[in-house]
Amino acid sequence: MRHGRVDATRFRDLCAQVHRDGGRLVALWGSDERAREAGYALHVSLVSADGMLCLTLAVSAEQPDYPDISDLFPAASRMQRAVADLLGLHAGGADDQRKWLRHASWPDYVYPLRKDFDDSCAHPTETDAYGFVTVTGDGVHEIPVGPVHAGIIEPGHFRFSIIGDRVLRLEERLGYKHKGIEKRFEGMSTEQGAKLAGRVSGDSTVAYAWAYAMAVESIAAITPPDQALWLRALFLERERIANHLGDQGYLGNDVALSFGFAQFWILKEQVLRNNAALFGHRYLMDRIIPGGVAVGLKMQDKRVIEEECSMLERELSLLRGIYEEHAGVQDRFIGAGRVAPPLAAQLGLCGLPGRASAQAWDMRVQFPCAPYDKLNVRMATHHNGDVAARVTVRFDELFESLRLQREILINLIGGDELSLLVKQLPGNAFGIGMVEGWRGEVMVAIHSDASGKPGRVHPHDPSWQNWPVIEHAIINNIVPDFPLINKSFNLSYAGQDL
Amino acid sequence: MYQIIKQILKTGIRTETPPQPDDALRVEAQRLQQQILRHVGRALTIRHVDAGSCNGCELEIHALNNAYYNIEGLGIRFVASPRHADMLLVTGPVSRHMEIALRRTYDATPEPKLVVAVGDCGCDGGLFSPNNSCGDKGESYASCGRIANVIPVDVAVPGCPPTPIMLMQAILTAITSGGKT
Repeated sequence: MRHGRVDATRFRDLCAQVHRDGGRLVALWGSDERAREAGYALHVSLVSADGMLCLTLAVSAEQPDYPDISDLFPAASRMQRAVADLLGLHAGGADDQRKWLRHASWPDYVYPLRKDFDDSCAHPTETDAYGFVTVTGDGVHEIPVGPVHAGIIEPGHFRFSIIGDRVLRLEERLGYKHKGIEKRFEGMSTEQGAKLAGRVSGDSTVAYAWAYAMAVESIAAITPPDQALWLRALFLERERIANHLGDQGYLGNDVALSFGFAQFWILKEQVLRNNAALFGHRYLMDRIIPGGVAVGLKMQDKRVIEEECSMLERELSLLRGIYEEHAGVQDRFIGAGRVAPPLAAQLGLCGLPGRASAQAWDMRVQFPCAPYDKLNVRMATHHNGDVAARVTVRFDELFESLRLQREILINLIGGDELSLLVKQLPGNAFGIGMVEGWRGEVMVAIHSDASGKPGRVHPHDPSWQNWPVIEHAIINNIVPDFPLINKSFNLSYAGQDL
Repeated sequence: MYQIIKQILKTGIRTETPPQPDDALRVEAQRLQQQILRHVGRALTIRHVDAGSCNGCELEIHALNNAYYNIEGLGIRFVASPRHADMLLVTGPVSRHMEIALRRTYDATPEPKLVVAVGDCGCDGGLFSPNNSCGDKGESYASCGRIANVIPVDVAVPGCPPTPIMLMQAILTAITSGGKT
């Protein structure tokens, strides 16, 4: 990864160049630099075929503006609005200047991520006025949904403008789960920060813990023992398997094949139980720590995972056949929530839904961190971009993860050393970690403070990029297909709301 | 169809024995009369509310519906509206942005009602709560802390996340009479 400080002109130019070269925006965040130099800073991380690029732009305290890049990367829009809410830096000339993560709990003249912000509970509240876009015309009406949804789901608000059953427009309003995670990181020790990072989005705890650990290790300039790296990959693939199994079950359930839910959730439960038996936690929380891993795998326990792989391969082949041959299921899957590849490219759709719309990006393939550089991951892609394509990619990735698990087991040759001691981090340093989680690329950036604590930590979820795409995927579909389409993406609310 | 039936027969019944109630999980003395509980306990409806969790607790709540825990087999069902519910199963901490929605959901639930707070964060605000001048209630600019800071809680189940067995135990405790007086 290359990291450079740039001025405003160069910042725009480099972003435009990455855009021209077919690259993507990964994350955009800000930091309060008034303690160490004048003003604030805005950071972006980008990827292109050439590699990863991270830019830091100084922003003056007197006039906290920076150049808008949402014209190049539409996904930047919500990230820029979040930076305005939390830090008070504004993207000059951006089309959409509405608030995003801020609702009514603090006023628009205080900024939680500024160091002089008073993190006590008392801030004046206001009424939460938000300018939804209104659609008018003959026969158009609105359905507001949420924040509390009708199932076991995270909270968020969806506003549908419809004619009959057909959706003309969907507008999302998120931020309901904002609980001040980035502020909480301030002042935490490296170890405390690792625990918090693992709880940004509980279903991706392995991905976040690894990305955080990677950022810490890059600042501390250490490389964890081989054994630990192989175990991390094992954990990440197990997280992918568990989540994909759960989603395949729910996708069946959403098209009235409750048999699918029953079957896939039996398989998922077996994976979770093996996690608990072998590693001490069903979702592997806190098993990855800065410097290595907290738990090893006994050589005699390899057999348990091998048997699990064989069982899953057998059952998945059978269930895949049933899904593919079921006319009712396919009728609902095919063509629903289609995101055509050119639209996906324009909006920066990433991760699993990206690959189902011909966006061939997978960190494990293009920029493999150890041990993925030794694993030769086969990327699963599809070009139809509908629910059926996302189901197909999930099946392909399940089989690939099972193959990877077996490869990883071969390479786990034992050894007592599971982690290195991470000493005090150097002060005022910068590190970044990036991992291909089951949803897509999870990134954690750390700017250590003067005393060597993590200080400013920015966790980034791929859902930032993908939520806006659902607003497009639903257009011209019918309202009853929304739960199915939404589930086929299965994005994180917690990871986006922070 | 033949494949589906064959697979169902091959899978068989996986449901395991449910756990016993645990009075240690009780926050409040039992408020509902035994007579009411006897009826509720055989056909309990639950409305789940995520008031700001990391989504970890939700994974385990989903798992309650799988064939191993088969919570519906005990007559316990998740419903789509608080107006249909006897119990709110709330995960947290309660973000300030969800405070009103949670209060409204509570108000919309008809009496008699029960509340189970889920997870370490639901019990005390968890990792998201700073030790600040707001005392030990675990509040911050964005979080109201534990569920009990916002609505009355009957039973609280710790864990990060609590396992499905612990969740079942908490739900069964809430609908069993007894406990602290």
